[in-house]
Amino acid sequence: MAVFLELLVNGISVGAVYALIALGFVVIFKATEVVNFTHASLLLAGGYAIAWLHPLIGFWAAVAAGIAAAALVGALVEFLILRRAHVGSRGVLAIVTIGVDILLTTELTRRIGTEVLALGDPWGDRVLRIGPVTVAETRVVALAVAAALIVAFLLAFKFTGWGVAMRATAEDAETAALMGVRLGRVSLSAWAVAGALAAVAAMFLCVFPTPGLDRGTAAAAMKAFPAAILGGLDSTTGALAGGLIVGVTETLMSGYQSELAFLGRGIGDAAPFLVMIVILLLRPSGLFGTKEPARV
Amino acid sequence: MSEPTPTAVARTLRAALCVAVLAAAVAVPFYLEGFWLQAGLFAMSAAIGAIGINLLTGATGQLSLGHAFFLAVGAYSYVFLSSDLGLPTPLAAVAAVIVAGVSGGLFSPIAGRLKGAYLGIATLALIFVGQHILFNAEPVTGGFNGRPVPPMELFGLVFADTPELVVLNVPFGSLERLWFLGIALLAGAAAFARGVLRGRPGLAMNTIRDHEIAAGVMGVPVARYRAGVFVLSSMYGGLAGVLVALVFQQVVPDYFGMLLSLDYLAMITIGGLGSVAGAVVGAAFVSLLPQLLTRYSDALPLVAEPGSGGVSPAEAARILYGAAVVAVVLFLPGGLAGLAMRLGRVRSKELRWAKSAPAPASRR
Repeated sequence: MAVFLELLVNGISVGAVYALIALGFVVIFKATEVVNFTHASLLLAGGYAIAWLHPLIGFWAAVAAGIAAAALVGALVEFLILRRAHVGSRGVLAIVTIGVDILLTTELTRRIGTEVLALGDPWGDRVLRIGPVTVAETRVVALAVAAALIVAFLLAFKFTGWGVAMRATAEDAETAALMGVRLGRVSLSAWAVAGALAAVAAMFLCVFPTPGLDRGTAAAAMKAFPAAILGGLDSTTGALAGGLIVGVTETLMSGYQSELAFLGRGIGDAAPFLVMIVILLLRPSGLFGTKEPARV
Repeated sequence: MSEPTPTAVARTLRAALCVAVLAAAVAVPFYLEGFWLQAGLFAMSAAIGAIGINLLTGATGQLSLGHAFFLAVGAYSYVFLSSDLGLPTPLAAVAAVIVAGVSGGLFSPIAGRLKGAYLGIATLALIFVGQHILFNAEPVTGGFNGRPVPPMELFGLVFADTPELVVLNVPFGSLERLWFLGIALLAGAAAFARGVLRGRPGLAMNTIRDHEIAAGVMGVPVARYRAGVFVLSSMYGGLAGVLVALVFQQVVPDYFGMLLSLDYLAMITIGGLGSVAGAVVGAAFVSLLPQLLTRYSDALPLVAEPGSGGVSPAEAARILYGAAVVAVVLFLPGGLAGLAMRLGRVRSKELRWAKSAPAPASRR
């Protein structure tokens, strides 16, 4: 039972981190209807900036700089490339983001090389004991920070002018533009916010029990894609639910790996995708996604 | 005798071009060394796979990141069917393509219902689950080290280095023999895809891409078409997988990962979405670029030899074609094939001008 509780707490914490990534993904989709395959490399950029800067300026300043860097990269991708691509279909824009992703990921993994970069975080490998359950401190912090960020984000989405502009654009971009919403700013800010959230997620993906930032980190970030789509691409609630489902499934499957030996080694990595397929079979637009009504 | 019209001139030119390309393709194995033959064979296999994904992504607007999975299914099925079940190799190759199609069909409840980039994310599952199976189903796939590929044997001709064969004083090893097989497969694959795109199915696919609801109103069964094209494209992937396995002579799971799928999307975007010629041109570009950079790495600035710390040729190639994808979408809608078509149009316009009247001063 203690093992199960431990795994569950860990899973929820990892899931909250995935939810951060998925949330950025969903925000970009809502604001611009672009499915952003650059997301994994935004995350890698943020993580790399933190790993590179922390010996120079200390951990907290490096985290701030990493968040800023990832937000900047996201904003630049929007401003320099997507805004200038005048194409008929959104599918082609998705392919452009794949091109950008190839560029960024290749350059970043080349810089990282075969090394494992430590982030110099203050938590180290300390653990917390609550009754029979042992949890790494990093996991607790990750859960708290992710929850705080998500709440802050949802409040901003609901009550600030920026959030209203964002939701109006998602509802009907043309009408929103006529009402004075500046679409360029909305999509630029969406990309920046997504980059910042990805950088925070990168930090938590690379601290204990993970050894650090390496070329595999981008692959870990890929698990946020099923999180986003199984919750429903256009739903912030869905991103949260999706993140938690993916995190808990992955952790439980890895934790009980020896009991699930017939499924093969490393089933934890494939599990989120299996769950995604099952959910898509039952609900093609995700758990919380709106079904596009087509009236003819 | 009447003057030839510009379209007739263009048609003759095109026919002449086709003949020239075919003649060059047949002559290649007699002159070029093994390195180029292997590079060319990779390009041919990539071209077959790219035609398939261009039917799906370019013509129907359905994004797929799972193409590498179907290549893996084709390659591994060929190995399994011919080595373990003892099927004759040509039969195993055909069956491998069918198995790839069936596995595409099994995905059709999702492939038919999701559209565009949604499907792109869903197909990520194929890559990750596929890799998991390739690494773990060791009795069938050989696990991490993969399995050796038995050479193809067609009407008594073995596509391997032994028994020796000399044609016109040129020793014909496995690469030379496979070259002709590759050309035949590519030509067939291209001709079939062209037929699909030019006929009613092609129109239906383009309508689904451009306006799903309109397509439904016109009586196109949208979901069935989406699923069908997905199956067709996975069969193309399977065929490409069989060919690449024959060239490699060993199948390993690492090759069929996420990067391969991204390569295929880069190919069709650079070459031109939705056209067969575009897929072939893009495949040649993306698969030959790293080979060229590797070959001439010591002569090129900014590219270091592998393992020396700088930008390796493979990385340089990836950066180059990542940039090419972005540049093509920004500045060259229609890709390289679209560019060629536009240049062709300008030429025929000039021909028309030359015939009717002195060309306008600005054109001189």
